[in-house]
Amino acid sequence: MNLPGTGIIKGMVETARNFVGSYHDPERLTTIEYPEERLTQPENARSFPMLIFDDDPVKGLRCVACKICEKECPPQCIYIVQDRDERGKPRKFPRIFDLDISVCMSCQICVEVCPFDSIKMNTEFELSTDDRFGRLLLHRDDLAKSNEYYHQIHATEAAEVDARLADEKAKAEAKAKPAAAKPASPVPTAAKAAAPAQPAAPVKSPAADKPAAKPASPAEPAAA
Amino acid sequence: MRPDSAEPDLSALSTGDLVVESPAAVPAPPPPATSGFELTPKPATAPDADRGLLEVAIGPHHPSTHGVFRLNAVLDGERIVRFKPVFGYLHRNHEKIGENGTYLSAMPYTDRLDYFCSLSNNWAYALAVEKLAGLAVPERADYIRIITAELTRIQNHAALIGFLLQELGAMGTPLMYAFREREKILDLFEALTGARMMCNYLRFGGCRCDLPAGWLEECRRVVEGLPRFFDEFENLLSTNEILMARTQGIGVLPPELAVSAGVTGPMLRASGVNYDLRKVDRYGLYDRFEFRVPLGEHGDVYDRYMVRILEMRESAKILQQALREVPGGPIVDPKVKLRNFRPKAGEAYGRLESPKGELGFYLISDGSTNPYRYRIRPPSFINLTILEDMCQGLTLQDALVILGAVDIVMGEVDR
Amino acid sequence: METLDVIKTRAEAAVPGAQLALAPNGAVPAEASLVVDSAHAAAVARFLRDDPQLQLDYCSNVTGVDWLEASIKEKIKTRKLVDGVEKEVEETVEHKRPGHLEAVYHLYSMKLKHGPLVLRQRTANRVDQVRVASLTPVWRSAEFQEREAYDLFGIVFDGHPDLRRILMWDEFQDHPMRKDYVEPDDYEYEPTAHDDVLDKARRHYPVEEHP
Repeated sequence: MNLPGTGIIKGMVETARNFVGSYHDPERLTTIEYPEERLTQPENARSFPMLIFDDDPVKGLRCVACKICEKECPPQCIYIVQDRDERGKPRKFPRIFDLDISVCMSCQICVEVCPFDSIKMNTEFELSTDDRFGRLLLHRDDLAKSNEYYHQIHATEAAEVDARLADEKAKAEAKAKPAAAKPASPVPTAAKAAAPAQPAAPVKSPAADKPAAKPASPAEPAAA
Repeated sequence: MRPDSAEPDLSALSTGDLVVESPAAVPAPPPPATSGFELTPKPATAPDADRGLLEVAIGPHHPSTHGVFRLNAVLDGERIVRFKPVFGYLHRNHEKIGENGTYLSAMPYTDRLDYFCSLSNNWAYALAVEKLAGLAVPERADYIRIITAELTRIQNHAALIGFLLQELGAMGTPLMYAFREREKILDLFEALTGARMMCNYLRFGGCRCDLPAGWLEECRRVVEGLPRFFDEFENLLSTNEILMARTQGIGVLPPELAVSAGVTGPMLRASGVNYDLRKVDRYGLYDRFEFRVPLGEHGDVYDRYMVRILEMRESAKILQQALREVPGGPIVDPKVKLRNFRPKAGEAYGRLESPKGELGFYLISDGSTNPYRYRIRPPSFINLTILEDMCQGLTLQDALVILGAVDIVMGEVDR
Repeated sequence: METLDVIKTRAEAAVPGAQLALAPNGAVPAEASLVVDSAHAAAVARFLRDDPQLQLDYCSNVTGVDWLEASIKEKIKTRKLVDGVEKEVEETVEHKRPGHLEAVYHLYSMKLKHGPLVLRQRTANRVDQVRVASLTPVWRSAEFQEREAYDLFGIVFDGHPDLRRILMWDEFQDHPMRKDYVEPDDYEYEPTAHDDVLDKARRHYPVEEHP
């Protein structure tokens, strides 16, 4: 056994080394002065969900109000009302899309279940407010963010999504071509032909085409 | 330090005094004792005030209780006569939430059980569901799970030791050293999963997303720096005379009692019982890695501290081996559906060695999308069963150190 | 570990009068469970703990399960004489499952490192006959977990040394993990932000709900 007190002295030496080191060794100085200095967030960082639009913040929303995220959200913080046209026919567009971020737990499950790549995670974290019931309930227009913004914050992921959507669109177009050439083809094509006739489908949204593109095995050779 | 007799004196164990609602008004006659650890109802004694005893409630808001947690201590002078933990301040009926939602929607809630170790909680739940539904996990996903679970173990143990030292009066320094290292690991988690603590990363049959570019290199760099941190931490603490005086011989837990009371994790191994689920159940791919299970000798608080230090070193060894050979391939079983996941009717109990002990999930499926029964076996809750036994006869300040070494997180205790 | 059938036979021999039954498990057949009657549960538990071949010294998990009354359709394979030849015939049998509560114990052996053995005790109904035997005298680890099962499910464990509520407060009346539990509109004086916000949102946009 050592002399009594050597253990304490050993510890003191360690703290002294850290103290001196904190002046020159970046490994030992790990804090930053937050509001002035900022760390860059990693690409995967997430805070709360946002809705992606392509061109126009309202018309270009990819969301088709399918309500899958509303159903799957574990804390049930999403509230969606589907839009309807003058005759009361449902349009593929959310009239109301509310997200209560005082309830949202940033789990990202809405992003995973969304079949239209419409809802994604934002990285903005400075959201504190003194209005508990007003500013913490985000509406559709607060949530709408452009695809360019999405590219800025999640570059890799956004590139993957864009590639996937472009691919799907190409497939759908390839499938639509033979369908237009042969109007007397069987049922799925007929349903496909009917889809563009709907007034609701947002022009730019590839999402609207996606469900029809799903059973597209005959079109695959054409796409390849 | 170990008492001479293997059987501790449990006659002082308090029992029915605090009963508010006792349905068993006439308790059944105690069955014939076959072991020294059997609890039997004790006849009522004189009220505490008549015996000169003082009842003190520590908490619910007290810096030493690791959260919102109350300890009802009955003291004779400074010595503890009774020590009853009171739970439920953080109770949110997690199990009911799990039963009301789908299998997937319970996953982010598991993060909030033991919020220090969200990734091992995720794994425990995924393990139980995979057992229930009979799913296989791709090799790469298993490697990622092991890497994240061992990183979790290191940051949990480091933080716990920091908190334990805080309990001993070492304000800040060890805790901040631990947090500095924990920060590096949390940065890795953030880069991988998007969140530092509430990771929600694992999915049934694999992981949510693949490793981002450069993550493995960064992880290797952090792991390479870990032994230096362990050495520094040990220089700072292990031979410190104050630490030794305050922790050696305090809170001795005999191995027989530890086994009977279902104590698991570092606390059990500090009592010398070799039971590590990574070796016993060999879940994941742990049988591919070489590591040892550190065991204590005396079962006191110092051994619990030392076992955790050694476990961190072993975890770093596992990490070094795992990071050498992360295989390629898919990260999730493509057959598993995210939505409308319906395991067939039946039940399964999946468990793993979380940093705090055995974390188990018991699931009963009735064939629907929601689990019929969703039960968590929380290690820090069950490890508190024998808190009173360990504190009996010691002073209050020792009791807080013992509580600190149990390693509890109230999110998991109260659920 | 021995198969459950062997354990059942040996336990019946060791504890005279014990009524044991096997309950199948559809998902993990190896983890079928042993149902024991409450009168002999403690004796059977001691046998399981002390038997040199089993030594199930570690009770990992104790919990309750609430089974509502239900009718269950089961497919049972039986051997029958069909046209003079014995054949295996699949029949659908519908039987009523009376509502009951269940205490489930998961037992392991730390010495022999095997397990689990799933032990179950069942109550007669969900209303007034909700007593089972406490196994806390056999395994200390059941102490808090049985209290929790009492608190959340209302299973009364006879012989438990300190059976009172553990997670809910002492004045609480109901058992919240029961399947038919109806939660109050609000536990707290202050309305929770969530409901309030949603209500406000609905009032704000007076839209008809969809059919």
